[in-house]
Parts: sequence; C-alpha cells; structure tokens
Amino acid sequence: MNSKQHIPLSLKIRSSLIALAKKMLDPVVAIFLALLVGSVIITFTGDDVVLAISSLVLGAFGNLRSLGQSFLAATPILFTGLAFAVAYRSGIFNIGAEGQFLVGAIAGAYVGTLFSHLPAFIYIPIVLASGGIVGALWAFLPAILKIKLGVHEVINVIMLNKIALYLTNWLVSVDGPFRQGSVQPATPFVCEVVRLQPILPKSPMNVGYFIGIVVAYLMYLIMWKTSSGYQMRAVGYNMHAAKFSGINAESSIVKAFMISGALAGIGGAMEICSVFGRFYAGFSPGYGFEGIAVSLLGNNHPAGIIISSLLFGALKTGAMRMQILAGTNVNLVKVLQALIIFFVAGKWSITELYARYKEKKRLSDRGSVANSQKGENQ
Amino acid sequence: MGNAILRLEHIVKRFPGVLANDHVSLEVQEGEILALLGENGAGKTTLMNVLYGLYSMDEGDIYYKGDRVTISCPKDAIKLGIGMVHQHFMLIDHLTVAENFILGCEPTDKGLLNLKKAKKIVQQCSQDYGLRIEPDSLVADISVGEQQRLEILKSLHRGAQILILDEPTAVLTPQKVEELYRVLRDLKAKGHSIIIITHKLKEIKEISDRVAVMRSGKIVGVHNTASVSTEQLAELMVGRPVVLEVKKENQEVGKNILSISNLHAKDYRNLPALRGLNLRVDSGEIVGIAGIDGNGQSELLQVLSGFTVRDEGEISIGEHKLPKKFAQREMFNHGVGHIPEDRMKMGIISNFTIAENLLLGFEHDSRYTGRLIMKKEAIHDRAIKLIEEFDIKTPSPATEGGKLSGGNQQKVILAREISKNPDLLIAAQPTRGLDVGAIEFVYQQLLAQRRAGKGILLISFELDEIFALSDRILVLYGGEIIAEFSQAEATIKEVGLCMGGVRRNSHE
Repeated sequence: MNSKQHIPLSLKIRSSLIALAKKMLDPVVAIFLALLVGSVIITFTGDDVVLAISSLVLGAFGNLRSLGQSFLAATPILFTGLAFAVAYRSGIFNIGAEGQFLVGAIAGAYVGTLFSHLPAFIYIPIVLASGGIVGALWAFLPAILKIKLGVHEVINVIMLNKIALYLTNWLVSVDGPFRQGSVQPATPFVCEVVRLQPILPKSPMNVGYFIGIVVAYLMYLIMWKTSSGYQMRAVGYNMHAAKFSGINAESSIVKAFMISGALAGIGGAMEICSVFGRFYAGFSPGYGFEGIAVSLLGNNHPAGIIISSLLFGALKTGAMRMQILAGTNVNLVKVLQALIIFFVAGKWSITELYARYKEKKRLSDRGSVANSQKGENQ
Repeated sequence: MGNAILRLEHIVKRFPGVLANDHVSLEVQEGEILALLGENGAGKTTLMNVLYGLYSMDEGDIYYKGDRVTISCPKDAIKLGIGMVHQHFMLIDHLTVAENFILGCEPTDKGLLNLKKAKKIVQQCSQDYGLRIEPDSLVADISVGEQQRLEILKSLHRGAQILILDEPTAVLTPQKVEELYRVLRDLKAKGHSIIIITHKLKEIKEISDRVAVMRSGKIVGVHNTASVSTEQLAELMVGRPVVLEVKKENQEVGKNILSISNLHAKDYRNLPALRGLNLRVDSGEIVGIAGIDGNGQSELLQVLSGFTVRDEGEISIGEHKLPKKFAQREMFNHGVGHIPEDRMKMGIISNFTIAENLLLGFEHDSRYTGRLIMKKEAIHDRAIKLIEEFDIKTPSPATEGGKLSGGNQQKVILAREISKNPDLLIAAQPTRGLDVGAIEFVYQQLLAQRRAGKGILLISFELDEIFALSDRILVLYGGEIIAEFSQAEATIKEVGLCMGGVRRNSHE
C-alpha cells in the first residue's frame, strides 16, 4: 500500500512515458500503413506520390497558418468525438451527435445575436452553454423513448438527425423566423464579442481547440472521478449487475445521453463562435458522424480523442493543399481516414504481428529440433 | 486398457505474473474417461485450452498417436479429432438446433445453404449416438441439458475421438447428471476417450477410470479412480486435509427479519411461477430452500431484488412492509445483502477493477465520495482491507474483475454484500461452480453471519449444501412451499420425495 510513495518521481515519469510510447506505437504504425496504401492509390490515379504526400503533410503542419487551420478543423470533431465516447462508455450508441450538433449550433447562433453589450468572457460561455442545453434537450428525447418505451436509440437518433437538419433549414429558410432579412439561408451574424479571435499572427488559430481540451478533461473527471460517472460506466459495462447493486439504470442512461448531447451541442455553438459567425443551412459536413471515427480511433477516451481529432483535422486541412498542388481528388483524404480506421480497428498492429512472427518461428524451430531428435532415436 | 492416444509432455504456459501450467505431462488412453481434478485456478482449463488450440503454449510437446503435432488453433485440434464442450456453451440462442449444429461446416446446395440436409444430418447423428434432440427448436427454448447434448453431438459429428468436457455437471440437475453419465459411458464403449475437467469429487468416483490431480499448475498425482478415496483426492487437490463436514453450534433464533405471505408472481413468459408462497426467516438462522430448478427459485429471487413486480402478497423486511414496486436500492437501505445466482451477469462487472466492483452500491456513500469527486484513497483502502479479510487472490485492487477465477469473484461478491452489514443475507447458489477450498470459505462466511445473529435465506440446487447449512429446510415445488423440516427431522429421502411434488402428509 505504501509502496507507491517509495517510487522516485523520475522513475514514475519514465515508466509512464514508456507506457505512453507503447500505446502510441500502434496508431502511429496504422497511420504509416494508411499512407503507404494511400500512396499506391495515388500512383494508380496517375498523380505524383511524393508531391502529394509532402503537400499533405506541409498543408497540415507546414506553417503557422496551416497549423492553425488544422486546429480549427479538429475542434468540432473533438466535441462530437467526446459526445460519442460518453454515450459509448455508458452503453449507448449515440450516432445522433450530428443532430445535436446542428440544434446546438443554431441555438448558439441565435443567442449570440441577443446581447451586444455583454463582455466576451461572459457572453461566450453563455452562447456555448445555450448550445449545450439545446443539444442535451435534443438528446433527452431518444433517451426517454429508450427507457420508457424500450425503443432502440439508434433508430430514434437517425430520425432525429433528419429532423434537426430540416428544422434548422426551415428556421433559416425564406419564411423562417431566424433568417431576419439575410440574403443567404442563414441567421444574421452574431455580435462581434462572441466571435473567437486569432491568438497568433498570420494564423486563424483561436482558443476553440483549447476550450475543447478543457471540456475533455471535465468529461474525464465526470466519467472516471465522480460517482455518477461510475454509475454510468457500470450501466455501460453490465446493466444487470449495475441494477442489481441498486443503481438506477434509467436515470443513468438519461444522464449519459444528455451529457453526450450537450457535448455535441457545445461543439455546434463553438463552431459558430470560432469559424462561421452565423448559422448556415446545412453547414456541417457530417461532424457528428466523423466524431464516431474520432472516438473509436481514440479508444473512446478523452486523451485519445484529443489526439485523434487533431489527426483528422490535419488530414482535412492537408488534403486541400494536396488537391491544389498535386491535383489529387479531395475525397482521397476520406480514403486515407478510412484506411487509418481500418488499420487501427483491424489490429494490424506491429506489436501483435511481431508477437505472432516470434511465436511461429519458435514453434517451427522447436519442430525441427524435435524432428531431428526423433531421427536420431530411430 | 488401450494405447495412449494422446500424450502431453512438459507443457508450460505463462500468463503475465502467473505460471498457469508448469511442465505438465499427461497421457490419455484410448477408450477411457480421464478426470482432470483441481481447484479453480489450478490450471486445468488452461491446459485443455492449450490442447484445443485456444492458447498457444510457451514450451512443451503434444503427441497424437505417437506423432508430434502442432495445434495452433481449434481448427487443428478438430482436424486431429479433439472436441471440446465449454462450461459456457458456444451456441447462438436465436438459431435453431440444426443451424447451430452445422455452424462452421454448412452443407450447401449450389452455393446456397441447405437446411433440409442440415436437419437430416442432425437426425442421423442423433440416431447414431442415441442422443435425442429436436432439430427445429430454437436453442433459446431448449433446456441446459439439451444444449449440452447438442454441443457433444456437434463435436462428435466433427469426428471427435477425444472429447473434452469442462465442468459438464455444473449446470445440470441431479437427474440430468445421471443422463449425462449414461451418454459418456456409451461413448466410452464406442471407443472415444473423454477428459472431464471437474472439481467435484463425487463425480470423479462415479464416472472416471483414471484421475489426474492438478494443483497450482502442476500435476500432483495420477491414479486409478478405484484405488483412491475421496478424502485422498480432496487432500491432493487442496494440498492439506479438508474438513467437508460443517460444524455448527445450536443457537436461539431472534426476531423476525423476513416474512413473505401469499406471494404470487409470473415468470418471464407471463405464466404463473409463484403461487401463494409463504416463508419467514428469523435472525440467527439459516433457512434453506430445496427444490429442483424451475420451481420458482429464480422468480422468488427476481421479486426479492425488485426486478419482477409481484402480483399479490406481502413482503416485510423486519417492520418495514415493501411496496408493490420497489428498487434493489430499497432492499439495501433496509439491511438486505444479496449474493446473486448468476455471478457473471449480476454480481461482477468484468471490466471494472476489483476496487470498483467492491464499491458497487456504496458509490454515493459519503465515506467514499465527496460532493463532487470520489475519494480515491478511501476506495483503495477499503479494497485492500476487504481483499485481505476475504482472502481474495488478486495481483492488485486494480485488476479487472473478469480476470479473477470464479472462486475469487464469488469472494468479491461475498465481501461486498457482507460489508453492507446486512440483517438479512440472501444467498442464491452461493457455491455454484466453486471448488472445495472456495466452498469451505463460503460456508465459513455464511456460518459467521449466522453467529452474528443475521438471518440467511439460502437457495440452492445442491441438496448436500442445504442439509449442511440449514436450520430449517423448506421445499419449493410448483411455486409453493409444500413442506418444512427442522434440521433434526429432515432426511434426504423425505426431502427428495417432496422435491418431486409429493406432499408431506401423504407419505406418512
């Protein structure tokens, strides 16, 4: 029990660094393999592989501008990734982050137009919170249907995704109440104080992603350090045992669903503050769904999601440069994303392959030894 | 006795931190029933999993009919004629018997699945081996005994010469066990070799020709069954003399703790399962409920844990009358601990650590959580304390619950429920699937609770267990308590008759 006090700090740091490196090895190899297969595809389409890959990497990380762009692109999927992870850890398959993201975004965009005299440090949290609240309410619907009527959440959230899409479209349509004289199908611009400002010169990067990291940490605290999170995870792992020990599984499911919806909703409002400044009809290219991949790639853990969202954001940003310089199809990057997921999910991990190789070698070595011994005996 | 059909030599299998098989050598003869005896965690299942290709061994050789063979996956094992029936059946509930039967070697007709042929295969096979089975029923609808028969047939159909059965009687009622024995003797007569993994001494004496005893990863003895006594086997297995007799002092009962009157409830198919059940448990006594599986035991437990809402009847915990609909939480709050009948489903969250598993039900307790954040130290210390007190064998409190052996999982549950300091302890099948050492431990704990003046409701299919522990024995039949015996007057014969539905006054 007392042993943990005797381990020197430097050793602890070293061992945790080694553990981290080991954990990172597989995703890194997966990315490498994905690029390798991607290169083959690029060759087949007749483009210059070296130019394509180098422009992909430079386009994502080459200078402050593109780096900032990568962080911007990573922000919404960081939130939707966290949203998926909370639900997943609690035994719910929330593929409805897309809908929750949209309603959160339009709520944020609406609230962002109301109080022009508020200072930014009060107003921005209000806007984000309004997105979170509306997202949570949007998620409350499938949650209550699940626990009261036993309707599987996947069916409901798929329908609610569509409803959210068309509802928000209608709100900013010609006769929509949120359009207010704008030429495009969009809400008016939010107040200037609500918009996040670049924090570096010559870079669009703002604090959005870092707010996301703070939110990720909060999510970690909720899920792993509070008794409510403990109950949610218990229900997620084994609903029977959780119920049997006196946990109210129904309320735990509602809680998890609403936290998940809130995270997606905050992500939507954040996207308004950070990039668009107003709500455009159908401005999300599927951030909710990308969140699923981000979460799974990050092992449904906030720390993993912080990294995987940045990776996906970087790929998206780099893809544009790759398209311009190397002339590759912009959808190629989606292929790359799919390949990364494939290599991660398929456990094509180097550690495993190496272990298998060693195993085979050992068996065949001993096989030949045994056979030769047998020969001598005869 | 025939020739050795299979020879394992110096098998070594390591798991992180554990040497599961330590240079194990074993021979299986043609046409024999070999029992592999050992406590949970002794390495029996590991050894058989190595043989079946589920684990790869670290060292050692396997010889089949004299030739060295490499078994790196179950396919290799099946090809050689080795079949395995796991303790937890590998069947798909929502497919029919025939569909399950052909899984992995489906008969096809121009590329399409030929279910008619599949049915014929099942019928043929069932005739050949004299094992009756209905190809069209859903696996979910057939009994556990039939599921086991299906698994055995499946292995035989794939040409199994050597059949490995992992704890085959753990899930069976006494009558079904007899049936299984008959089947195994038939197979032996047909020249099959059978390996039974077990920790039940009675079973070994009954069915096996030879017995190999394993303890902490090693074979500590191989004997002809006829030439060893049950006591010798128990001692070999545990490594010290074992007292299977339970010593219990007489003591006065105190106030009433649980009383149930005229309880009616339905089962999951909405058919009446409990029909006016009455019982009471007082402090300081163990009340055992004997009965054959399916007479309302599960439904009674479901009602008592708040999962099933009763139709009629009163349940009181002490002075407190339970409302019709109540949550498990309410039982906890009124001092009821409950050891569930299904350990893996209800008792343990396998992905949770031991510390987290021990915390279940206490997560809102102010000793373990602050207003927002849980108290890591307090939770850890509690786990350490309980692990020590209940002798739970685990590398650390941070080990996942699913990685422990069954006996240690049961200890985790016992520790948790007893640490609630309950007035009433409901113990459902508390020793199901446990080895002798763990059973002894569970009995000691239950008796200690009795000494401390708690009331204990024991529900078990093991008649020996009921007799060993109970102060009063109630017989549950058709959803009613049809007989009550005091410990002094109860005889196995009379209780057995009641379990079959014969009312007590009629056999006097």
